[in-house]
Amino acid sequence: MTNVERHAYDVVVVGAGGAGLRAAIEARERGMRTAVICKSLFGKAHTVMAEGGIAASMGNVNPHDNWQVHFRDTMRGGKFLNYWRMAELHAKEAPDRVWELETWGALFDRTPDGKISQRNFGGHEYPRLAHVGDRTGLELIRTLQQKVVSLQQEDFAETGDYESRLKVLQECTVTRILKSGQEVAGVFGYVRESGRLFVIDAPAVVLATGGIGKSFKVTSNSWEYTGDGHALALLAGAPLINMEFIQFHPTGMVWPPSVKGILVTESVRGDGGVLRNSDGKRFMFDYIPDVFKEKYAQTEEEADGWYTDPEHHRRPPELLPRDEVARAINSEVKAGRGTPHGGVFLDVSTRLTPEEIKRRLPSMHHQFKELADVDITAEPMEVGPTCHYMMGGVDVAPDTAEARGVPGLYAAGEVAGGMHGSNRLGGNSLSDLLVFGRRAGLSAARYAAALDPAARPVADQAEIDAAAREALRPFNGPEQAASQDTPEGAAGGAQAPAENPYTVHQELQQVMNDLVGIIRRGPEMEQALERLASLRERAGRAVVEGHRQFNPGWHLAIDLRNMLLVSECVAKAALERTESRGGHTRDDYPEMDRTWRKVGLLCTLTGPGAQAGAGAGADADSAADARVSVERRPMDPIRADLLDLFERDELLKYLTDEELG
Amino acid sequence: MTSYEAHFKVWRGDAEGGDLRDYQVEVNDGEVVLDIVHRLQATQAPDLAVRWNCKAGKCGSCSAEVNGRPRLMCMTRMSVFTRDETVTVTPMRTFPVVRDLVTDVSLNYTKAREVPSFVPPEGVAPGEYRMAQVDVERSQEFRKCIECFLCQNTCHVVRDHDENKPAFSGPRFLMRIAELDMHPLDAAADHGLTRATSAQDDHGLGYCNITKCCTEVCPEQIKITDNALIPLKERAADRKYDPLVWLGSRIRRRGQ
Ligand code: SF4
Ligand code: SF4
Ligand code: FES
Repeated sequence: MTNVERHAYDVVVVGAGGAGLRAAIEARERGMRTAVICKSLFGKAHTVMAEGGIAASMGNVNPHDNWQVHFRDTMRGGKFLNYWRMAELHAKEAPDRVWELETWGALFDRTPDGKISQRNFGGHEYPRLAHVGDRTGLELIRTLQQKVVSLQQEDFAETGDYESRLKVLQECTVTRILKSGQEVAGVFGYVRESGRLFVIDAPAVVLATGGIGKSFKVTSNSWEYTGDGHALALLAGAPLINMEFIQFHPTGMVWPPSVKGILVTESVRGDGGVLRNSDGKRFMFDYIPDVFKEKYAQTEEEADGWYTDPEHHRRPPELLPRDEVARAINSEVKAGRGTPHGGVFLDVSTRLTPEEIKRRLPSMHHQFKELADVDITAEPMEVGPTCHYMMGGVDVAPDTAEARGVPGLYAAGEVAGGMHGSNRLGGNSLSDLLVFGRRAGLSAARYAAALDPAARPVADQAEIDAAAREALRPFNGPEQAASQDTPEGAAGGAQAPAENPYTVHQELQQVMNDLVGIIRRGPEMEQALERLASLRERAGRAVVEGHRQFNPGWHLAIDLRNMLLVSECVAKAALERTESRGGHTRDDYPEMDRTWRKVGLLCTLTGPGAQAGAGAGADADSAADARVSVERRPMDPIRADLLDLFERDELLKYLTDEELG
Repeated sequence: MTSYEAHFKVWRGDAEGGDLRDYQVEVNDGEVVLDIVHRLQATQAPDLAVRWNCKAGKCGSCSAEVNGRPRLMCMTRMSVFTRDETVTVTPMRTFPVVRDLVTDVSLNYTKAREVPSFVPPEGVAPGEYRMAQVDVERSQEFRKCIECFLCQNTCHVVRDHDENKPAFSGPRFLMRIAELDMHPLDAAADHGLTRATSAQDDHGLGYCNITKCCTEVCPEQIKITDNALIPLKERAADRKYDPLVWLGSRIRRRGQ
């Protein structure tokens, strides 16, 4: 049937952001022939949007910092739902990962004694974020990109071919993980530019696809964030964990409408920006939750003192973890104390001189001037919450990043779950990418190297054919789509109209924003699930015009499958968790409940489409009929020596009495 | 909020050829050209090909020419045009068209590979790097580059001169050489590589006659010519003060 190109590698990495590139570098350095596949051009990944910095307890600015303090902050930020082992590894290894970047050419901002400078950020006890102005993500991506090039230059010197050991396949989308029995056998995808289909045979696949923000209307995420890796894992039989936890970043732009959601870096607050409502009141003092009461300033004087004398003052409440600040802003706006465009004011002009602002926050200055006609050196910004980060993701083994239940599948970065618990601290994302990107690349390389080359799993032809049919389906009319032998397809009937993928996408974003957004209610989420079911049926009838060459309508029609699957996970898990914690706030269950801390919610696929990849003849066509089911899984008890890092009084806020013994 | 209908002309076609198509399309307060292109996709031209990512001027994907000026579509406010002005959007001219507004920018990735990478100093362990802020700032300016390739597209050495492409790395990658040359700890020289001389000999720095057109279009406002190319030329010239070295490089260039 369809023409499908075929290649073979030892390790395939899906995604070329921070985690993907770090994984690919590691796999190649371990001697594996490695391919990186990314939807955009090389070097354009969403990681470039990260502004603030990389959290690592190097102790360059405050010598009291160390991995234990970082671990504690991370667990507090995640309200103790984190996979503690991941939080431990992350805190221990982050400094090495940052220093390594310097040996690859990164140029961070410096301290007076020439070390890497570190800045304050929400939830971090000490100045901890290595940074370059407010464009740290760009520095990270460029450094990793240039390291990839440097390895390619080494390979060129040796083999005469830049791509003999490390190849970047840019502007390609992966639509399926291929399996042989339970094991990973490779990936199926298409080249966006030409529409050509391809298979890469590989025994080890690392997912590093980032997040899911494009399922929401107001988001800081780029078009790439369609939950691809989350969906690929689910479809390959790997469960997802913590999908109810979505971080709404407190400060996104709110005006003009076309830029609504674009990120305003937390560094603005770290460097002294304050939040005020329309009455001019610095409202964050009213929103310090009990668990954080001892750590944050109670008055403006005390808060202001902290910027110059942190040893003798407590932190300003603007620097509470993101979930707290986002909820506070939401409440102020709801109470009618919002700005003309429905946000609150964020003002840094009263604390820093125009020169300092331009030096420390150059891209914010530029962004507001160019896009909103606002000069942040002289006037406040208007900001409001925006969907920013998915805490949930592939359920991985903390040490190896291996997806549970699918040998050969790994996940790192935002697509992996567990590390951040119910809420991620700013700065912990870039360090997460590096620490677990490296670990995933390392494990994938070891796994691939250990396999007998002659006995590598090979994807079944029927599965490849099914994946090809699935990818090309949007070019067929709804008649053909409905002709699948599924009851729903038949019920859809030949009369059902063709759908515009853009329309379906817009409706999906509206549903998630309105019904499964920052504040959630049971009946609304039930309604969301009904709407999602109907959207899924309509997405099955999405039809695109034109041809396969760089056709954005087609690309969107394919991405819709992933966004719908992931949205269903979010809504189902959120409905199940009857408490409020971190990035999951229930109006009908406003309190955090210690017994829920012991429970992780695991999403899996059931139904006909769930088995695609499970064996010969599996049919990807029926993916749309798979259903998400949620089960509860007890969390591993936290290791005793790690618990000892906290005061018992604090632990009592999170852990049940039995757990504390 | 006010909105109006704008007249757009967008180049549609592929490597075989194409033409400008007319569209009437709604424009709202505060929108940028990329918003309008997206509206065209959603309502009139679902297969209109365009690259973009961040929509905030940070990724450098959405480069094109708007009314003949090389720009990022996501940072071009509609308010810079009058309501009755026709807005013409065409792909970057220096690179081959793939489809519609998408061009084949692979030349840039080829050039990037030809620049020798950062060479870490021997005997300095990770974590032991010490550099002063003033010393890293010069290179940091160049590392603001978002690789939009607008400077590459604009430079007259290669714009409409395909024949110069093999020998000339272009402002973005000459600037990359300057960046490494100014890196306080780059140890390339210890391994016999003089970056400035190599810029001249291997990357076509001599083609640049400092017209500053690249600087003018840089959305990151990097002073490419003043801060990277001219100092690099001066450094290369210093190295070439030795008449023998100078002669040697002349002969090599002729031999190319
Ligand atoms: S200054 Fe040099 S590199 Fe820049 S546009 Fe002019 S000739 Fe090209
Ligand atoms: S130097 Fe400026 S114009 Fe050139 S690629 Fe970089 S950002 Fe774009
Ligand atoms: S879309 Fe990223 S620079 Fe325009």
